[in-house]
Order: sequence, then structure tokens, then C-alpha cells
Amino acid sequence: MSHHLVSVRDLRFAYPDGTPALDGVTFTLHHGEAVGLVGGNGAGKSTLLLHLAGVLRASSGEVRVGDWPVTPGTLREVRRSLGLVFQDPDDQLFMPTVEDDVAFGPRQLGLPEPEVEARVADALARVGATHLRRRPPHRLSGGEKRAAAIAAVLAMGPSVLVLDEPSSNLDPASRRALIAQLCAFEHTKIVASHDLDLVLDVCRRVLVLSGGKVVADGPSHEVLSDDELLAAARLERPLRLQACPRCGT
Amino acid sequence: MSPVESALAHLGALDDLAARDTPAARLDARVKALATVAFVVVVASFGRGDALRLLPLAAWPIALGALGDVPWRPVLLRLVLASPFALGVAAFEPLLDRAPALAVGGLTVSAGAVAFATILLKFALALSAALVLVATTGFDAVCAGLERLGTPRLLVAQLLLLYRYLFVLAEEAGRMVRAHALRSPDRPRPTARVAATLLGQLLVRTLARAERVHAAMRCRGFDGTMRLVRQTRLSRADLAFAAATALLLAGCRLVHLPAAFARLLTP
Amino acid sequence: MSDALVSPAVGGALWLAAAGVARHAARRLERDEERRLPLMGVLGAFVFAGQMVNFTIPGTGSSGHLGGGLLLAVLLGPHAAFVVMASVLAVQALFFADGGVLALGCNAVNLGFFSAYLAYPLVWRPLAGDGRSSPRVALASIAAAVVGLQLGSLAVVLETRASGLSSLPLGPFLLLMQSIHLAIGLVEGAVTAVIVLAVRRARPELAPAETGSARAVVALGTAALVAAGALSWFASTRPDGLEWATARASTGAPPAASGTVHELVARLQRATAVMPDYDFKGAAEPGRWGAPRAGTSAAGLLGAGLSVAFVAAVGLGARAVRRRGSRRP
Repeated sequence: MSHHLVSVRDLRFAYPDGTPALDGVTFTLHHGEAVGLVGGNGAGKSTLLLHLAGVLRASSGEVRVGDWPVTPGTLREVRRSLGLVFQDPDDQLFMPTVEDDVAFGPRQLGLPEPEVEARVADALARVGATHLRRRPPHRLSGGEKRAAAIAAVLAMGPSVLVLDEPSSNLDPASRRALIAQLCAFEHTKIVASHDLDLVLDVCRRVLVLSGGKVVADGPSHEVLSDDELLAAARLERPLRLQACPRCGT
Repeated sequence: MSPVESALAHLGALDDLAARDTPAARLDARVKALATVAFVVVVASFGRGDALRLLPLAAWPIALGALGDVPWRPVLLRLVLASPFALGVAAFEPLLDRAPALAVGGLTVSAGAVAFATILLKFALALSAALVLVATTGFDAVCAGLERLGTPRLLVAQLLLLYRYLFVLAEEAGRMVRAHALRSPDRPRPTARVAATLLGQLLVRTLARAERVHAAMRCRGFDGTMRLVRQTRLSRADLAFAAATALLLAGCRLVHLPAAFARLLTP
Repeated sequence: MSDALVSPAVGGALWLAAAGVARHAARRLERDEERRLPLMGVLGAFVFAGQMVNFTIPGTGSSGHLGGGLLLAVLLGPHAAFVVMASVLAVQALFFADGGVLALGCNAVNLGFFSAYLAYPLVWRPLAGDGRSSPRVALASIAAAVVGLQLGSLAVVLETRASGLSSLPLGPFLLLMQSIHLAIGLVEGAVTAVIVLAVRRARPELAPAETGSARAVVALGTAALVAAGALSWFASTRPDGLEWATARASTGAPPAASGTVHELVARLQRATAVMPDYDFKGAAEPGRWGAPRAGTSAAGLLGAGLSVAFVAAVGLGARAVRRRGSRRP
């Protein structure tokens, strides 16, 4: 088992119409780390995540997940180790029932039915969605969809869990439940989010992305208190770290 | 409610009905699907003048609906909404065919009137059978049943994905129509040109969504083949249902049941 | 096309033809392009949703909506377009009582086959070329839509006639259908053109779909259709074999002695006459219409009443079974 779990080296990527998106991104994740990925709109967060899962191919640079470099030939192995939870759960829940969606991954892996069933039950239990098994996705609330999407990814048994804006469209209760779940997962985690308080709660380390580059990489508390840095990246402090509106401290 | 929204509500309602646990829902999807097809074929096989013989066949959708606790009002409503075409065509019959066929009391019923009744009965029977099938089975179970019956995998997968994204897209279309109506109070329904532009935009967004869905599927191992699995075994209830259906269909087709009933009472 | 108007012979024949084409298309797609499945599914949902968007047609005030067959063909190519259209029709038949299960094959042919396998490769592609020139795309779309819909509505007329369940006179029916669908085709073509051009602008890298392997299907499919048409025509000009046989077998008198030949002649006449001769029909075939073999109409009424009672009894019985079933733990 390799020491680093995810390593990105000088990743560069531009969209087909020429828009540059990633301009030399480099970082390394170790086993069990929880890293937040923050940045303004268009900074390149989602693009970076898509590279990790092998959905996009870099123009130059390298991405490694576990023992595998991410190349067209190694996608099967990469996707078993790294699970990506998309921003819009509707894009990710494409089967008629939650049960079928969660079972999709294991079935595609070719696992025998009893194993598939075990994984489905386990994944749903972990996100607290066992009662949603037979429901169709369009009958789920935002929080329930999110939970189902996460379960669908968990069922593949990845060692790295990557989430793109997991708390968007969640009511406060669902959001709180999500934070609790994320903290409970022992996976290595990458969470891309505008929700800086969630990042503070879940991640010990934070990467700040701005203009396609990593402009900061350090402990969450430190990075998310650096006002100058945050402003330059179109961000601000998490609400919890901002001055008290009453007494100003 | 716009037509988009009401259609969506109808779909969702049928789906919810099917999700409940009733004796009808527990029957094997393959058996139900085949029985429905057999029913529709038998209904269609009657001639123009057989309105009377069609009556006992109503027992089938009604029985299945009762077994599945399907409320009759929405089904009736859906039939009424779908009837204009059949009504339009059937309406010609009494006008075009005045030959006398029956004498009831003092009135003469024309062959055209009988044909009118036949067409409407066929319409009602065939379509209520389909509705009851869906209301007791759930679309994913129907698809699974179809696959077990030999439908190519790609077709089944297509049906599943279509059904799934129907709701998403119908909502988007509904939002679009509503947004237009709000900015065009004098004429809420768009002209063809405006609608075409709106649909074009919707399509561009849809294509982007399709790419995201594809990416999500690839991330979960989709390599071009969708693996669908649904193990089911036939139970005694399935066999009983199949037998009862066969009996009813054969009985109605081979014997003039209403006449037989009448003869029973007037020996 | 509706279940109310189609006979099992015609419906069955066209079901077989449509299923054959669908099976073939599915096999081809499974071999080469199954990765396009998400696109196909989502586009099917788009067409379905698009059909629910009603618009007013300028100049007439009546409302219409997108059909989608041609659009699908431009975006996906003939095989995938046919499969998607068939799936949309299937869901409509099952859920919305739209069309019908038996008539599904007819509808798949009328609305899917003609636009995907004939109108698109033979009319749209040649006229539109690479799809870059707006006027050419507009012309191609209108022409292809008109052709596809004319063929489709002609098919509906032929299917209705062959089914022999409606007395609609052929001439006026044909005229009405073809002219209505000419207008519909013009609108459909225009709307399709606008949509195609919009997609073109936003996604210049998407080219109109290829048609290569469709040639075989066009040939096979057309042959299958001709065969199906001939078969169902043939079936409808013979006496209804099953009915005749069962009439003999069941209790009660055999059908009117005028029997076979009379039936044959009458059917042929009905099928080919432009204005059916009603007197002939009514007078010469007293045994064919409504009257149950029980003889008197009073017995007929009684039979009807008892049938309703029968249906009610079955319904109540089923409800009892369900209640018992639910009470089980």
C-alpha cells in the first residue's frame, strides 16, 4: 500500500474552447487525511475533481491515486479506489430506485448478488437512508438525494471519497447530519465547497485554489483566518471565525 | 396547473400507487405483463358488433385494480382525458351506419350505435388494463419483467433511463413554460417560434446534463453495458392469477357470456 | 393510432415489424455505441417533456407540440432515434393511455420508422449537407418533416382500413389526414430547424448523425412493412377465422348460412369502396350485428345486466382477497 494516497503533480488543463482551467496544480494527500478544497467560482475546483476521477484528461502533469497513475488504461482500478460525489445528485442518481442506484456500482464491478446486497445495505445504513431503499429519486428531498448519492459511491468501496459541494441545497438539519456523517467516515476525504464552516468542521487541512493554481496549503484554522489571502481568492472567513456581531471580538 | 405539471403529477401518482405492498403488487411482473398483453389482444379481436360480449371482460382490470387497491377515480379521469380521439372516430359510426341491429323495448338500435359502443368499450378496456398494470407493478418491475421475457438489454436500459429523467426534464420544461407565462401575461401560451427557441435552450442544457450523467455512470463502472439483475420466482398466487386470466379470456372469446348468463336465468 | 381502431391482425403484424426493427437497432447499438445510452435516455426524456409544451401556431390559432422523431434522428442517427422514439411511445401508452399497447407497433412505425429511417437519411441528410448552412437546414427540416408525417398519416389510414373496425369512408378520411399532417409537418419542420440551429450555435462540434449502417435497415424495414401490410390486408379480407370457428363450436345456432362467401365479399367491398354501400351492409347481414344469439333483445338486456353483476362480483371478490392479504402480518 503506497504511502501517499492521492498525488497531483503540475497538473495543467484547458477546455476545448481554449479557456485555461488548471495552471500547474500540485499537492499530495496522505492516508486518512481530510482536505478541503476552496476557491471562488471558476477557480477550477470541479475541474480538478473531475481529473482525479479520470473523467477529464490533463494536457500535462500527472495524477496518481494509490498505486495507479490516472490514465485511460487504469480507469477501472482508479474508480474502484476513488469515489466522486457530484454536485447535482440528479446527475448521479440515474436508476429508478435508490436501491438500484446504490447497487449499480457493485453490479458493474461484477460482484455476485449476495455481495451486492450486503454492500447496498451497508452503504445505506452508513448514510442513514435504509428507509429510502425502494423510493424513486424524484420523490426524495435534497438531503435525501444527497445521502443516496453518497451511499451509491460508498457501495463501490473506495478508499478515497471526493465530494463536490456536498452541502448545497441542504436545509440546516440535513447539513448538520451530513457533517456528522463525513466526520464519521474513515476514508481519505477531499471536500470542495463554498461552505467554509463545513470545511472547518470536517477538514484538518485546506487547499485554496485561485486562477487554476494552489495559492495556499495548510491547516484549516490558519488558512481560513488569513484575511488577505482569502480576499485575493474571492473568499472570506468562515462565519465561525468572523468577529462576533455584538461585541466585535 | 400547466399540462406539464399535471402530466408529471399523474406519473408520480401512478408510481406511488405501485410502490405500496398489495397482493397485486406481489404478483410477478412478467405474469402481469403477459396477462395484460393477452387481455389487450383478446379485446381487440372482437368485431364491430360485439359490444355486449366485451362487457364481462371489464372484470379483469377491475379485479386487478381491486387487488391492488387502485383508486378508480384517477383511472377514470385519465381515460376521459385520453378519449377525444377514440370518441371522434367512434362518433362517425352512428352517423354512417344506420342499419338496424337490435330492438330494445320500442327503440331500434342501429348497427352504428353498437359499433360506437364497441369502439369505446375497447378503448376503455385496453387502456384501463395498461393503467392498472402500471399502477400495480411499478415501472422498474415492468422493465425487469420485460428483460426476463427476452427484450434486448439496451431497450430495457433505455426505458429505465427515460423514465428516470422524465421527471427531471418535465420539471425543467415546466419551469421554462412558467417563466415564459410570467413574462407574457397577455398570451401565456408561447408561439411556435418562441417555444422552439425555449426548447432549443432546454436541449442544450439537456445535452450538458447527459454528459454529466454519463460521467457519473463511468465513475461507477459503466463501460457500455448496463448490468441489470432482478431475481424472481413464480409463486402459487402468480399461477392462480394466470389461470384465472386465461379462463376469463377464453371464456369471453369462445362463448357469448352475456347470452349464457341470460340462458341460465331463463331456462 | 389507437387501440380502439386496430385489429389484432394489423396491430400484431406491425408490432412484429416494429419489434424486429427495434431488436436489430438495439443489437447494432449494443455492438458499437452503447456508451451513448445516457444520451439516449436523457434525450428520450427531453422529447417526452418537449411534447408537453404546447404552443400556438401562428395564423391558425390552434395549438401544437413537438413530435421529435426528426430531431432525434438528426441528433442520434436512425437506429438510436428509433429506439428512443419507441421508448417514449411505450411510456406514453402505458401511463397516459395515449395510443395503446396493441397499437404501439403501429405508432412506432408511423412516428418513428418513417422519420428515422426514411425521412432523415433520404431527405434531411442530402438537403442539409454538413448542417452548417442555416437555410439548408431549414429547408431540409421542413421537407423531411413533411415527408415523414405524410408517410405516417398515410400509414394510419391504411392501418385503420385494414383493421376494418371503423366505417370511416376512405376518400374523405385520407384527404383529411393528409392535409392535416401537411400543416403539422410544416410546423414540425420549422420548429425542428430552429432547435437544430440553436444546438449548432451552442455546440459547434456536434455534427448531424451518421446514417451509414441504416441502409440495410431501410431496405429490411421497408420490406418488413410491405409484408406486414400485405399480411394484414390478407387477414382482413378473409372471414374472421377464429370467430367463425368459435361460433360453430359454442352453444347456439351456427352463424347465418350466408356464411363464408358472403363475409368475404362484404369485407372486400367494405375495404375497397370509397363510399361503402350502407344498404347492402345492413340488409344482407342481419346476423352480423349486435344481436346476441340468444335471440330476443330482452334476453340481450338481461345478459348485459348479468354481465355487469358478474363484473361487480369479481371486483368485490378481489377486494376481499386484498383485504385478507393485507391483514396478514
